[in-house]
Amino acid sequence: MTFSAFSIPSSQTSPPSIGELFRGFLMLGLTGFGGVLPLARRMMVEDRGWLSGEEFTDLLGLCQFLPGGNIINMSVAVGLKFRGPVGALASILGLIAAPTAIVIVLGIVYDRYQDDPVLRHLFAGLAAAAAGLLISTAVKIAWPLRRRPLALVIAGLCAVAIAILKLPLLPTMLVFAPISILATWRLNA
Amino acid sequence: MNALLALALIFTELSLIAFGGGNTILPEMQRRVVEVHHWMTSQEFSALFALAQAAPGPNLMVVPLVGWHVAGLSGLLVSSVAKFGPSSLVTAFALRAWERFKERPWRRIVQTGLVPVTSGLVAASAIVINEATARTWGLAAIAIGVAITMLTTRIHPLVALAAGATLGVMGLGI
Repeated sequence: MTFSAFSIPSSQTSPPSIGELFRGFLMLGLTGFGGVLPLARRMMVEDRGWLSGEEFTDLLGLCQFLPGGNIINMSVAVGLKFRGPVGALASILGLIAAPTAIVIVLGIVYDRYQDDPVLRHLFAGLAAAAAGLLISTAVKIAWPLRRRPLALVIAGLCAVAIAILKLPLLPTMLVFAPISILATWRLNA
Repeated sequence: MNALLALALIFTELSLIAFGGGNTILPEMQRRVVEVHHWMTSQEFSALFALAQAAPGPNLMVVPLVGWHVAGLSGLLVSSVAKFGPSSLVTAFALRAWERFKERPWRRIVQTGLVPVTSGLVAASAIVINEATARTWGLAAIAIGVAITMLTTRIHPLVALAAGATLGVMGLGI
């Protein structure tokens, strides 16, 4: 399956319409609490048969390679594949419409009641838990590097440059990305 | 500088350098929003981040929330388009070339080579957000408790957020 990303999926006879793309991603945006990716696979591969498992994995590879959120890129790629630019627009709008509305409602509640002591404690606890989630994500991403000392050093220096020294991201990446790629490639670090 | 123009520039730049997903650009977003433009305190930024985590959908729904906080509805639209537009255009163009470059050795070299940088940037996000959030021993205990629980069990992240909020209301964070 070298040509998988562009072939019409075998599991479904007709490609999804623009409305189906919008509704599919709208549901994904509404139900995807704490990580949309597993749900995205179920929706596109198992439930609706838009893509085969291989096509999904292939497109995910592209989306992980490019800048931007994986699932955002995925919605654009899938929409474009089936219905061109309008399909891409319908998919990404479907994906972010509901979550945007929800965060704004939460933001209004926060703005209005942040001086209320009970809600202030609630939001403080919520923020601490969200910060804890981020720690676990950072550990999970670092875990596969644990036996690669040079990779850990690069990761550590990168974290110090950004979090402690507060250096701007773009120049930091321009320095660290080539070093990291070279070290991984040449030294198998 | 006009706030809308500043939002557009910040999020366009972040959109194009967000390799490794949304969490890698969180510290830079905080630096711009808090330290460069003084639109909010780092505590407020962390609170907005937490609200976005409690909502469904993709990572980084904090982006429209920041735009809305800074400049209302127009801020929301500008920051969303600037954040999600450029990377989507890159995806659209790359999709055509993907069949050709996905088998090339450099693609895998670049992709695996960037993992240490991604790892460092996500660690930086965790440091920056925790620094602003875990201001008391109680809140630090909630953060560490959630981190350990998420690493050792398979509970849903939403359950962890709800537990944190409940412990906060019970006064643990004081």
